[in-house]
Amino acid sequence: MREDIVFAGFGGQGIMFMGKALSYAAMKKGLFLTWMPSYGAEVRGGTAHSMVIISDSLIASPVVKEPTICAAMNNPSFQKFEAKVKPNGLLIVNRSLVESEPTRKDIDVMEIPATDMAFRLGDPRIANMVVLGALLAKKTILPVESLIDSMKDIIPEGRRGMLSINEEAIKQGYGYGSR
Amino acid sequence: MKVLMCGNEVLAEASIMAGCRFYAGYPITPQNELPAYMSRRMPEVGGVFIQAESELAAINMVFGASLRGVRAMTSSSSPGISLKQEGISYLAGCELPAVIVNMMRGGPGLGNIAPSQSDYFQATRGGGHGDYRQIVLAPASLQEIVELTMYSFDLADRYRTPVMILGDGILGQMMEPVVLNPESRSSKPGIKKDWILDGCKNRAPRVIKSLFLGEGELERLNQRLQLKYRKIAEEETRSEVLYGDDSTIILVAYGTMSRVSRNVVEGLRKQGKKIGMLRPISLWPFPEKELKILSEKVDKFLVVEMSCGQMVEDVKLGIECKRPVHFYGRSGGGLPTEDEIMRELMTIYSSSLP
Repeated sequence: MREDIVFAGFGGQGIMFMGKALSYAAMKKGLFLTWMPSYGAEVRGGTAHSMVIISDSLIASPVVKEPTICAAMNNPSFQKFEAKVKPNGLLIVNRSLVESEPTRKDIDVMEIPATDMAFRLGDPRIANMVVLGALLAKKTILPVESLIDSMKDIIPEGRRGMLSINEEAIKQGYGYGSR
Repeated sequence: MKVLMCGNEVLAEASIMAGCRFYAGYPITPQNELPAYMSRRMPEVGGVFIQAESELAAINMVFGASLRGVRAMTSSSSPGISLKQEGISYLAGCELPAVIVNMMRGGPGLGNIAPSQSDYFQATRGGGHGDYRQIVLAPASLQEIVELTMYSFDLADRYRTPVMILGDGILGQMMEPVVLNPESRSSKPGIKKDWILDGCKNRAPRVIKSLFLGEGELERLNQRLQLKYRKIAEEETRSEVLYGDDSTIILVAYGTMSRVSRNVVEGLRKQGKKIGMLRPISLWPFPEKELKILSEKVDKFLVVEMSCGQMVEDVKLGIECKRPVHFYGRSGGGLPTEDEIMRELMTIYSSSLP
């Protein structure tokens, strides 16, 4: 098993965090993983992305060139990454914010109104967790329960109040992805 | 217990585990997580963190802390390391221990902030003036950052010499599971420092300086330094060899590039191709003995670097040019991929078949 994953969106969408959350859950499962941020000269309103590789064997470079899974959280990142997804890979599109239509026919596209779902849960910032839940419904990298379990370790103490809404977001995303 | 931290933070924590209690630095990408971590952590362990007004100030603050006997460190990335060279030369001349971290980025000049390995010459030849050497250690994983960081402080104290940890933007920025275990250190800490400047009440005063104007004084210092460097070369050279006994071609790579090369080697081995690897862990002293042994057994070498070809010179020197040495590298932010290395290797491999 090996998945090369890119999470992409704009600053504030928790792009780095969703990579870390999945990485942490993978570490707890004893899998090999690397996490790498885009630390370039990013522009405000543009895209930031984090790259996660999860594998059952040693990982060489943490840089993802051709993602097998990509989550595009906003329109610029959709435009940047749609063409880069590996054939037969999975592209998750945040339909709430991505206006463009997918053009690739050789990949699996899952559209999810993640930001709208997060709004209904009470916080648009939680769209990242909705998408992570949906991702784990589509790809059996690890059980969704282990991601939920991990949240209490990675949410800082001062923000423990966010734990339940994160859990709910993951569950709703998982439910959406399982349809 | 495994934790998830980026390489810069892992290095910072490992230095604290090693007893580092003084850090001074000036911000530069891609190593900013290191001073950021130190600014929070140093006060917790009773140490000192200073964001200096410049790289020059930082390395000279380390100089001051070191002559007082404190384990001290500074960190930067390529352009900032260039600025520190004068201070490193002074540390070497005064025989002061210090640890300097370089998370390399693209150069020359201000370059860019992408990962690179193009400061190899500067690190191993000495970017400052004078007949000095600095120990250079090149970790290839976050776990090895833990081990080599602790080792570097022990080496610096034992030999009273500056030690550089040479990483790159990828190693600094990436996360992978790591165990922060103080017992993983490969050397013994705790050397009595009978040379420090801590007030000369009830004892004769000591002098630490690098200016020697007396007849033959400086030459004697240099002779002593050379003896020390020879001892370091004999005792502290480190490397890792994969499939050294039956390989036709040996890949030579360090740090991040050795991670990619290792996958290439393991992949080709599964296909029955006789490819091996040498990974220098200490870049100075360079594993010349290991190379010489390999050169008796293999046909060719391929050196892979994130540079336009720097370590390749040491490989040629190490084997005294007895075998062909090929080179593949990319620079200025380019990262050689497994496919690229494989292609290069197969061209060389097929040309060596009878």
